[in-house]
Amino acid sequence: MDISEFIKKIEAEVEELTPGTLKPETAFRNLPEWSSMHALIIIALVDMEYDVTITGDDLRKCTTINDIYNFVKSKK
Amino acid sequence: MYAFIKAISYYLPTSKFTNSDYFNVFPEMAENKNLERVGVKERRIVDPHLTSSDLGVSAAENIFLEHKIDRNEIDFILYCSLESDYLLPATSMVVHKRLMLSRNCGAIDLSVGCSGYPYALSIAKGLIESSGFKNILIINSSTLTKTIHLKDKASRFIFGDGAAATLVSSRDDNWGIGEFIFGSVSKMTDAIIIKDGGARNPISESSYIDYKDDYGNITDNAHLYMDGPSVFNFGLKAVPQMISDLLIKSKTELENIDLFIFHQANLFLIDSIRKKLLIPEEKVFNFMETVGNTVSASIPIAIYEAQKSGKITSGSKVLLAGFGVGLSTGATIIHF
Repeated sequence: MDISEFIKKIEAEVEELTPGTLKPETAFRNLPEWSSMHALIIIALVDMEYDVTITGDDLRKCTTINDIYNFVKSKK
Repeated sequence: MYAFIKAISYYLPTSKFTNSDYFNVFPEMAENKNLERVGVKERRIVDPHLTSSDLGVSAAENIFLEHKIDRNEIDFILYCSLESDYLLPATSMVVHKRLMLSRNCGAIDLSVGCSGYPYALSIAKGLIESSGFKNILIINSSTLTKTIHLKDKASRFIFGDGAAATLVSSRDDNWGIGEFIFGSVSKMTDAIIIKDGGARNPISESSYIDYKDDYGNITDNAHLYMDGPSVFNFGLKAVPQMISDLLIKSKTELENIDLFIFHQANLFLIDSIRKKLLIPEEKVFNFMETVGNTVSASIPIAIYEAQKSGKITSGSKVLLAGFGVGLSTGATIIHF
């Protein structure tokens, strides 16, 4: 896996994200509309695409998309 | 003798809370297109002066009327709800009195939430197949919206109130309620909880201090708290596992199940579970768009609607899977 592929998958899943807007350094909590539904989308994506469980506590420790990516990579 | 589901009816409060009402309360959520994936467009909200037993009694009166059932033939009532009228006696007694059921009819409460329907069915099956009773009335009722903080934007979107009545009866041949699988992830008791107001933490001034979760949902200890991401992860893990265990225990294959009805937690979760289990979309029946998540009433309400729309007919094999507060799981296979 690489981060651009990871970002493309998130952009495909989250409705209001225009492809190309998400960067590795994006602080996802600052995205407009960030809600618990977005967290569920990321949890489902990481579970189904990478077979990795990311909990609410794990997400709390992440600031950027890159942090989530590194977490998933470390569990693979 | 075999137990089988003979009839179902349900009752919903009249007051509606639509998505447009929701966006008036939470305008910041109006542009959040992802919310559509929760699958709810409106919910019914119980009047503040009514209780879960009021909804339950209405559902029971509906089943007597709609299916021409003689109330004097009810041997046992299983009242499944998270809300009670009094600290004591049991709410099933209140319901027994208001339904004017027979002096010889037993009555107990089951304090089970979203997994409550399979639990109630298993007890009804036991009463019929082991103890020789003939007609068990299950009532699943939820008035959870009364416990939701007015500023809790996640829970107010998901939950609606309602009640269902199910008559489980006996028949000579042909099994109607199959094997069961139950589970308790009790290390997650805090994931869905109302902390104050019970014996452990009586209501105090501090019960009403607002706090905010990671996603801006506001609640306090006197109201419902739900850790959405943890519950979602639990659903993704526990439900597929429970279903494969049930299929093994039932010596059957996923392909032999005609229809799957999950607790109507949230469409996005159900759809994720469906994809993990590789169940074709047409084999999953959902009914939450106009009612929301009605806790343990959600599965019987969906069964009623699946029968009405012809998705369940005589001979259908339907797998039911409940999961939620506890965190608790339960599943069974029904032969209609």
